[in-house]
Amino acid sequence: MIEDLLLGVFASAAALSAIAMLVARHPMRVAIALIVCMLALAGIYALLGVHVIAVFQVLIYVGAVMVFIVYVIMLVDMRDNAFASRYSWLLVPGAVVAAALVAAICDALWRGGAAPEAPGGARFGIQAFSETFLNEYWLYFELVSVLLVAAVVAAISVVKLGIGRRG
Amino acid sequence: MDKTQLLVALGVALFAAGFVGIVVRRNALVMLMCMELMLNGVNLTLVSFAQRMGSTEGAVLVFLVFVVGAAEIAIAIPILLLLARARRTLDVEAYADLKG
Repeated sequence: MIEDLLLGVFASAAALSAIAMLVARHPMRVAIALIVCMLALAGIYALLGVHVIAVFQVLIYVGAVMVFIVYVIMLVDMRDNAFASRYSWLLVPGAVVAAALVAAICDALWRGGAAPEAPGGARFGIQAFSETFLNEYWLYFELVSVLLVAAVVAAISVVKLGIGRRG
Repeated sequence: MDKTQLLVALGVALFAAGFVGIVVRRNALVMLMCMELMLNGVNLTLVSFAQRMGSTEGAVLVFLVFVVGAAEIAIAIPILLLLARARRTLDVEAYADLKG
């Protein structure tokens, strides 16, 4: 009972903050709305019983990615055309296409009815997650660390390219 | 209404909101954040399906998606910073001559 109530609260918070992202003028307010949305999603994940993912959502997205974006917003605080007029000329067509997308998918979702009862909702902790991860998917773990190193090297070289062009 | 249905509908709504943001907003940083919103919507559907099926493999996949998303942001932000320094603006209409 209380879980359903909390699920509704978190879901509506996520939806409302997503709408707030579309109407907010300053990028910092957009970032705050996105952080609220991500925290609400983390709450939903925790309510579903997958606490591992909720923790990663807070640590990786809110803790790393969004802090990075907030720093960049503070670094390039520009009051340019994009600040004066928020929307491009695609406002109406984009909104219409998105509404059609939501209508089509939700129609298919409702027509399909409730999914058949699965073998029970999963409530697994960090132990089951890490056993699966490091026993069966260790290769992907290593590949992802290589990808992260490649991303760091690429970011550094992009910044160096910019400095070299100007100097 | 089923709980999984509700969560998938929420994921679709988040994805559509991010899509609208990318199409209609003019600030490049805001567009990047709307991309993150789309990724989060898709992740929500993935998590709810994985939880429904009771599979730890789904959680592993979600973790990998998180890391790839972080790498994507780590590349996208420096490119955006360079663009903003070169053009002195974040307005995507000013980048319209970027061809080839």
